[in-house]
Amino acid sequence: MPSLLFCGPKLAACGIVLSIWGVIMLSMLGIFFSAKSAVLIEDVPFTEEDIRDDKNPPQTIYGLYNQVGINCFIAASIYVGVGALSLCQVRLNKRQEYMVT
Amino acid sequence: MGFRSEEMCLAQLFLQSGSAYDCISELGEMGLVEFRDLNPSVSSFQRRFVSEIKRCEEMERILGYLLREIRKANLAVPEAEIPPVAPAPKNVLEIMEQLQRLEVELSEVAKNKEKLQRNLLELTEYTHMLRITHTFMHSRSRHEALGPQYEEFPSLETESVTGCTSMQRLGAKLGFISGLIQRVKVEAFERMLWRVCKGYTILSYAEVDESLADLDTGEINKNVVFLISFWGDQIGQKVQKICDCYHCHLYPHPETDEERADVMDSLRTRIHDLQNVLHRTEDYLKQVLHKASESAHSWVLQVKKMKAIYHILNLCSFDVTNKCLIAEVWCPVSDLANLRRTLEEGSRKGDATVPSFVNRIPSSDTPPTLLRSNKFTSGFQSIVEAYGVGDYREASPAPYTIITFPFLFAVMFGDLGHGSVMTLFALWMVLTEKDHKRRRPGNQVWTTFFDGRYIILMMGLFSIYTGLIYNDCFSKSLNIFGSAWSVKAMFTKQEWTNETLQTNALLTLDPNVSGVFSGPYPLGIDPIWNMAVNRLTFLNSYKMKMSVIIGVIHMSFGVVLSVFNHLHFRQKFKIYLLFLPELLFLLCLFGYLVFMIFYKWLAFSVRDSQLAPSILIHFINMFLMQESATTPLYPGQIGLQVFLVVVALLSVPVLLFGRPLYLYWLHHGGKSLGVHRVCLCSCGYERVRRVSEEDLSPSVVHDEEEGLSDSGGPREFDFGDVFLHQAIHTIEYCLGCVSNTASYLRLWALSLAHAQLSEVLWAMVMRLGLRMSSRLGVLFLVPVFSVFALLTISILLVMEGLSAFLHALRLHWVEFQNKFYSGTGVKFAPFDFSLLPSVFEQDGLL
Repeated sequence: MPSLLFCGPKLAACGIVLSIWGVIMLSMLGIFFSAKSAVLIEDVPFTEEDIRDDKNPPQTIYGLYNQVGINCFIAASIYVGVGALSLCQVRLNKRQEYMVT
Repeated sequence: MGFRSEEMCLAQLFLQSGSAYDCISELGEMGLVEFRDLNPSVSSFQRRFVSEIKRCEEMERILGYLLREIRKANLAVPEAEIPPVAPAPKNVLEIMEQLQRLEVELSEVAKNKEKLQRNLLELTEYTHMLRITHTFMHSRSRHEALGPQYEEFPSLETESVTGCTSMQRLGAKLGFISGLIQRVKVEAFERMLWRVCKGYTILSYAEVDESLADLDTGEINKNVVFLISFWGDQIGQKVQKICDCYHCHLYPHPETDEERADVMDSLRTRIHDLQNVLHRTEDYLKQVLHKASESAHSWVLQVKKMKAIYHILNLCSFDVTNKCLIAEVWCPVSDLANLRRTLEEGSRKGDATVPSFVNRIPSSDTPPTLLRSNKFTSGFQSIVEAYGVGDYREASPAPYTIITFPFLFAVMFGDLGHGSVMTLFALWMVLTEKDHKRRRPGNQVWTTFFDGRYIILMMGLFSIYTGLIYNDCFSKSLNIFGSAWSVKAMFTKQEWTNETLQTNALLTLDPNVSGVFSGPYPLGIDPIWNMAVNRLTFLNSYKMKMSVIIGVIHMSFGVVLSVFNHLHFRQKFKIYLLFLPELLFLLCLFGYLVFMIFYKWLAFSVRDSQLAPSILIHFINMFLMQESATTPLYPGQIGLQVFLVVVALLSVPVLLFGRPLYLYWLHHGGKSLGVHRVCLCSCGYERVRRVSEEDLSPSVVHDEEEGLSDSGGPREFDFGDVFLHQAIHTIEYCLGCVSNTASYLRLWALSLAHAQLSEVLWAMVMRLGLRMSSRLGVLFLVPVFSVFALLTISILLVMEGLSAFLHALRLHWVEFQNKFYSGTGVKFAPFDFSLLPSVFEQDGLL
């Protein structure tokens, strides 16, 4: 079976750090978007039509907020996957180091 | 660590000759004292223990060779559990013998190995050559017509047994030269042959598959086997010369096929045997090296310690009877008991009949400065010392730096998110410090960061605090307590209507309308400012005023610290003639500015904010003593300001003339001074007696007017020199006050830069990922976040962090420390084995 190792110890460690940061920050962003935080208004992709043609304000904007929030949560879960992958790589690297010396 | 450096004393050690080595070995283990050189005029070749040091260096040379061999064989050098002590002189010969024996053995084995490898290479080349020329002969025999030269000769198919000797029957003396040449030289070789021999030679060549190593140069090249057939002796000689020229390896060409087969067989067996022998040799070498590597580390340490001890012994002087060594050391007073105990221990180990002892002697030299520190404070200590080591017994700014440095850094860096990333990084370094200390990787940048891990931890923690105050987390504000501003109130109070919304692009929330502003936010800046267009206008005013306030407080603190120095060095006049005018100047002008800032913040509310005057205008008018057009801030302002300006202006001449005139008066004295002078002299005598217990003497660098001279008489007093010095100090201080206060505005500038960079990064990177509304938007967010994280770390954490670190350091070194710190001392460098660098570690051999 070919070796599943494709990155060195440093890259794997960076991967773990990045994924932990990504999970925490993206899930917090998701929570804040779901809570319709006003500070994040610039990050929501609304247009003039959304505001003008809104039958039941501010539900369109709220809907957009929820969408972005869900996006963030999905990205956070992808980072969980990346983190697991990096963890595997770190373990494999440690094992290889063990066996050589 | 202390408030000021430790008290030091000069001591004389009387070491008995027999036990001197052991005593110094014990002292080296403890690291208590700093030795002084008692033979400065003697060159290093004339010193007493030169032959012992030569012996140590010889041993180091052999150890270096040994370590290089061990490194070549890829063996590890295990470290000893307990570091060994320096060996006694009688054991040294044994170590020396062992090392020499090892060296001889290793060099012999290495030589043999090289010879064997050379042989192996030759045999391998010969084998290749035979194999390949075999194909030449056979392929040649397949070609009937190979050119005009071969037409006369019958085909060799049927006569392959007799081979090429049939040529001789025809009267042509065909000769063959075969060998190997490097591939890069083949074309030139061929051309040279053609030019010289003009077609009377035939060269055939083929490349060898295996790349062989050239033993002389050690490179691995591709080689080519060639076969030159020629006839005529003269041509033969020419060909020989050309081959020599091109450094070919020539081997005899066999006449017949049987001969060729025989030679190949014998070669094969010989190669096989050689490889066996080589294997055995390598194994043996590895064994020898393995055995040596077990004790290599302890030998290195022992030789290092021994050499150090002999160096120190060279610094001592022998007394008249030649039985006793005298050494002069600087020792902290608190460690004198330890020193005595160590000497007793050393004497006991050296089996001395007479124990060695310590004698404290008075000295007028300035002792070195020692400030003890632990792993937490050593980082801060080192950044203070990078500016200058403090004078002996001067108040050290290091304890305060532990708090003020991270605080000033955090004011410039303040971001909750970045602060927490920095804290986590520092926490990781601190929690795994044992591992990192053991491993000791060589990367310089990493070592710098690791040594400053506690500084980084403090900086991160303080940045979290200032991030909460600035309400900035990755450029977004956190709404923890609920904003105090309400937009709804503008509508309920009929200030704004739908029409207002449609006709205006920008609207202003008016805090005077009731319900809009419900009081200040509990902690920090209100989160609504994150969405306001005039955010920077508001924050700039706040941050600039804050910088000036922090600056004036920091500088006043520095001036106050100088009082402690004046009190300690018994120069009370300086408090009245230096400290008081300095403080008055600073506080009357800039302290008043700070007061006005606070007054304006407190006295003017939302209702009368239109009428709030510009403080800067008032400040300028204060100096010009003009009647300002605007109304006064408070009743009696004009009078108070005039008073403050007059006090500040008066303190300048006091600062300029006070000290020189006072010292002039001291030295030359008036008629009423006769009594004073006697009093002074007797005080002087009393002081001389007690000088061995006192630590007066320093600041003599600056003050040559110390009325307490050893000789009891007044020293030469140069009024011009002192006055010039004081004039420079006055100008520096007064102008410095203005420029340093402005310099603290960098606190505002850097925090603005950091906030803006952070905002730009979010707007240009993260927003792209978040604004994606398509289904693919999710997948796009993942790499966008990675880019955001990478840029945050590289730009905002590393670059901005280093920048803020540098500016905070500059503020400490220049604006704070020049108020009280002179930093012209010498650092105490104790004789300690663990502090001595090892030559091998520097070469990376250990």
